This record gives sequence, C-alpha cells and structure tokens, in this order.
Amino acid sequence: MTVKTKTKSSESDSSKRMLLYREALNEALKEEMKRDSTVFLMGEGIAERGGSYKVTVDLLKEFGPERVIDTPIAEASFVGAGVGAAITGMRPVVEILFIDFTLLTLDQVINQAAKYNFMTGGIGKVPLVLRTQGGVGNGLAAQHSQSLEAIFYHIPGLRVVMPSSPYDAKGLLKTAIRADDPVVFIEHKLLYMNEGHVPQDDYTIDFGKADIKRTGSDVTLVAWSNMVPKSLAAAEKLAQQGIDVEVVDPRTLNPLDKKTILDSVRKTEHVVIVQEAIRRGGIASDIASIIQQQAFDYLDAPIEIVAGINTPIPFNLNLEKLSVPQVNDIIEAVKRVL
Amino acid sequence: MKLIQILDENGKYKADDLADIKEQEIRKMYRLMILTRLWNDKAMSLQRQGRLGTLASVRGQEASNVGMALALQAGDWFVPAFREYGSLFTLGISMKNQYRYWGGDERGNYIPEDKRVLPTCITVGAHLCHAAGMAVAAKTRGEKSMILSSSGDGSTSQGDFHESLNLAGLWKLPVVFVIQNNHWAISVPVEKQTATKTLAEKAAAYAIDGLRVDGNDVFAVYKTVKERADIARNEFKPALIELVTYRMGDHTTADDATRYRKPDLLKTWEKRDPIERVKKYLMKELDWSEEKDKELVEECTKEVEQAVKEYENSDMPEPETMFDYMYNEMPWHLKEQLEEVKELTQAGGKK
Ligand SMILES: Cc1ncc(C[n+]2csc(CCOP(=O)(O)OP(=O)(O)O)c2C)c(N)n1
Ligand SMILES: [Mg+2]
Repeated sequence: MTVKTKTKSSESDSSKRMLLYREALNEALKEEMKRDSTVFLMGEGIAERGGSYKVTVDLLKEFGPERVIDTPIAEASFVGAGVGAAITGMRPVVEILFIDFTLLTLDQVINQAAKYNFMTGGIGKVPLVLRTQGGVGNGLAAQHSQSLEAIFYHIPGLRVVMPSSPYDAKGLLKTAIRADDPVVFIEHKLLYMNEGHVPQDDYTIDFGKADIKRTGSDVTLVAWSNMVPKSLAAAEKLAQQGIDVEVVDPRTLNPLDKKTILDSVRKTEHVVIVQEAIRRGGIASDIASIIQQQAFDYLDAPIEIVAGINTPIPFNLNLEKLSVPQVNDIIEAVKRVL
Repeated sequence: MKLIQILDENGKYKADDLADIKEQEIRKMYRLMILTRLWNDKAMSLQRQGRLGTLASVRGQEASNVGMALALQAGDWFVPAFREYGSLFTLGISMKNQYRYWGGDERGNYIPEDKRVLPTCITVGAHLCHAAGMAVAAKTRGEKSMILSSSGDGSTSQGDFHESLNLAGLWKLPVVFVIQNNHWAISVPVEKQTATKTLAEKAAAYAIDGLRVDGNDVFAVYKTVKERADIARNEFKPALIELVTYRMGDHTTADDATRYRKPDLLKTWEKRDPIERVKKYLMKELDWSEEKDKELVEECTKEVEQAVKEYENSDMPEPETMFDYMYNEMPWHLKEQLEEVKELTQAGGKK
C-alpha cells in the first residue's frame, strides 16, 4: 500500500538544501552576528569546544573571543551579565547547556529580565536570548532531562520559543535575536541531528504564528518541540488505518497562536494535545482550557492530553521511555477521541 | 602559596612528615588507589561496549580521592560531587552499586543507612551549601564530627561555593571544603575559570585557612586533610584545601578532550602519576616487589570483575518503581497514573 504523505513538502524536498537542526541554529547565529555587531554569545564551553551539541562551532574563529565568550561555571552571574549588557543596548545570546541549570538563574530571568520593561515604563529593554535545551536524551537521568517550559510560560514578560524543525530553528532564532523582549529559546537534545530544508536566505519567522505540519480532517494534534516528529510519525501510522490527522505546531508558546489552533479544532472537531513535560501544571492544560472556552460547541469528544508521567525522569532507559509520550501513546489517544 | 608535598614523583619523601602514617595505612592506600583505577578503567570499557551509561573518569585523581576519604573518622560526613568513586570505595560504598548507578539504575545511588555519605551531586557546587548546613546541624547537636565536601575547580566560580565558605567562616563551622583542582571544567582550563593564581587563596576572603596540596601525593593529601578535619571537629575552624591534580581522561564518556586539549599536557602529568610514586616508595622502603605487585593487581582485578558480574546479574527496575519515594504517602494523581502504567505493562508494555 502506498500512503500519500501529507507532511509539508517544503521541509522534505530533497532538491533543496538540507541542514541539521544544530547547523541551522549555527547559521542563524552566524548571520545575525554578521548583520549586527551588538550580538554576542556567552556560555560554558561554547567558544573553543563549540558547545556540547556543536551549535556554536567555528563562531570563535570567525568572530573572536570578545564576541564568543567562554564563561566560568557561574550561571547566575553570566545570565545576569547578559541582562546588564542587554539593558545598555547589546543583544546577548546566552547559552545554558541544560534547561535544568536555568534553575540557577531564575532570579535574573524572572525577577530582573522579565520585569524590567514593565517597571521602567517601557524605557528599559532587555533584548536577551537565553538559549537552552531540554527533554529526555538517552538515559541522562532526572537532572538533565526535564521539560521545564511551563515555568517560563507562566511568567509575564518572557517569550517562549520551541522550534521542532531545522527550518523553524533558523527563522525563529533570528527573530528572537531581533526581538526587544527577553526570549527563552528552548531546543531539544533529540532534535539536533534531525535534517530538514533550510533556505540560504535571510528569513525570519514571526512569533505567534503556528505552523500546520500536516493537514488533516479527522483530528487535531497540537504538539511542539520533539513531540512534533513523534506526532507526525503517529499521523502516518493512523493514515494507514484511514484516520486523517492534522498536526499543529505552535512553535512559540508565548505568544501562542490561538487562532490557528482553534480554526483547526473547529474543522476536525477532535483534539489531542501532546507535551513531553509532566502532565500536572503543564502548558497542554492551558491550551485545553482555551479550546474548551472558545470552541466548546465544536468538540465531539473531551480533549485528550498525552503528557509525561508526574515523576522525575528515571535514569533507566526502559523507564525513561515509559515516562514520556511515545508514538503509540499518541495513536491510542487519537483513537480514544474518535 | 606553598604546595604541601611529602612524596614526590620519584618516590623521594620527607621522613619527618611521614612519621605518623602507619605502614598498614600506606598499604591500604595503595590497594584502594589500584582498585579505583581498575574499577574506573573497566567502567570506561563497559561504557564503550554499551554496557554502562555516561560517566566521568577519575583516572589521575586516585590519590586525592582515597587520601581525603581515609582521613575521616567514624561520625564524620562525606559530601561528594561526581568524580569521587575512590573516596566512595574507601568509605565502604560498594563497587557494584556504583556500576549499577552509572548503568542507569537509581538504586545504585542509594546509600546504606549506616554510612555517612551523601549521594552524587550533579549540579556543580550545590552540595557545598548542604555541607555548610550539615555542619550547622553537627555543631548545634554537639556532635564530635565534621563535614568534608569535595568538588572541582569549576565549582569555585559558583555563588554556592562563595556563599558556603562565607557561612563557614562566619559561623565557625566544623567543615572542610576540598577542591580537586584537576585543571579542567569540561573544556575550560582553570586559568579561564578564575584570575587568582591558586584556588586556596580564595579562603582569605572568608577568614578561613586555605591550603594547597600536591593532589597526586596520597601521603600529603591524607595528612593535611586529617589535620584539618581534626581542627574542624575539635576547634570549629573550617578550611579550604586545594588538591592540585590532573584529569587524565575525558570529562565524561560523552566528551572528546582532543577537541580542546593538547596531548603533550598529558605527558607531563603522566610522570606525576599518583600510583607509580607510591609503588616506588613501597619498593624502596617496604620490601615490595614486581611479583607482589602483580599479585595485588590480580586480586583487585578479580574484585572488580566480581562487581561487574553482580551488576550485570542484578534485576532491572520495574516500571512501578518510578512512583516510589516521591512522597511518604502516594497522592491520588500518582495513584491514578500508577494504575495506568500497570495496565499498560500488563498489556505487553509500551512500544
Ligand atoms: C550548575 C551546573 N552547571 C553546569 C553543569 C554542567 N557541567 C557538568 S560537570 C561540569 C564541569 C565541572 O568542572 P569541575 O567543577 O572542575 O569538576 P570536574 O568535572 O573537573 O571534576 C559542568 C560545567 C552542571 N552539572 N551544573
Ligand atoms: Mg575540574
């Protein structure tokens, strides 16, 4: 049986230039640093070593040690320094290697960066990008595997961006660097080696614009970051069973593109929200509340949420797999709503 | 600042300083250092074969590891980071359980209740605050005990380090902070971590004593830490001890140090190997021979092999165990999910 793929062709057409997710991020940084001399980078092991996931390779060579800065292991201070530099008009991109360690910087991010514009009556701006990376890898245990986007989503004054493809990664990182708000830019460790089409040109992707990664008519899957490829895989399998799934990737969680999500739900009348983060207090619940409030009459079934189990991520690989959504869990949930 | 040394890399030693270290202790140190190296090298090879997860190599730091732990008395606490297997084995933590932990089984990290050892701390520097708090507790309770923490050169950049030392100095806490200066924090050399020439001199800012020791000299490590542990325990005078050593391996098995480290640096430090120099001493002074050495290595290898066997024969954690140990009593939202997981696993497991 041949299945007609409905995944967007612009990202998989082999005649176009393909890049890895990490290469797309690298290209965005390089282009923005060339374009704007106020852009500079700070982080642990980002210069000589080029970052643990190789996102910053060769940037030291091109831009020198004043713009690609290796820091001591002192997250609170170098994120705070990023806030200070941003206040005076620089555009720092600060890397925290694991989102787990952004927890050491929360005063700077939440009490300082996020409030500055508000408390200065718009005079002070903090155009800071906090680049970080989350999610499970392969057995990295409880303090290197968390999905903590909800913490930042909850805070007024921050932007939260979570690209799922190389194309989105490049366009969104450029927008983040040009934005005047502090942006928490969350990558995923299992996406770095994914390949996709990335144009050579200088393009940006507006915040608050969801992308329909696959069109369908039976059910809407809302997913972001590494749950997008998993949802697309589930959609392909479901297609073989005659179920036509639409996959909506909000790409930025704050601002959230409510309209695209609601339009899709109104069309399919069934919805499953997929998040890797644990179920309790997650963003999926918030999206569900928006849908039920604004599209209740369209729903044919209760909204399903597929999410991580409410426990720390176990070290053991089998248990890790059980603790976060897998393709099969998504398929089961889709079947429950139909 | 002076570097404290008793035994140099050629096996030459200062007899006066060695006087109060017993022969029996020296043999024990040597054996523990060999065990640690064998355990570590086996771990690296298991990892490459996919039989163990990501872990940090302790090669080159055996004297620091073993010497500081041997200096403790019953009642004292040890508060490690993640590169202290040798200290853990010295304090009676099983080699099997360390394999188990780094093989991805949380249970390997559980410390037996009779051991005053804290589990691995992954967040760089966080445990130094705990050490300060444990020292507050020991002092308030009137215990005759002290707390020994261990962390790396990189940890001295953290606020947690400075804030803990400040508390220790201010409140006169029975704590000794050991820094294993292995010259690297992943790819960042210590010269790029701080502008001070030594790490020990940072103690001055908190009005506590700072000492700098050859961390590849197990005698000097043992003697210095023991003296300062006694002073901390008896006189409530904290200290910061910098052990100057070297990370001979990659940061972890997920790292490749050739990306940032010149190989000739390693050559210099190979000559300062912590185990070789004790062997030289033993040969010269304690009637040691190549034959006895070979026997000892064989015996230790067997112990390590036994630990590997026990690790690989131990059962895998059951899915339900994820829900254990989060609360004293399981709340409803976990009970519900536990039931779901049970149903799933009974139905043949998740794919
Ligand atoms: C707060 C925090 N930031 C970053 C990391 C990532 N990380 C793990 S080990 C390490 C280097 C630590 O260097 P050092 O303290 O010298 O100890 P060593 O690895 O040399 O034993 C870093 C940056 C971490 N675990 N915790
Ligand atoms: Mg170090």
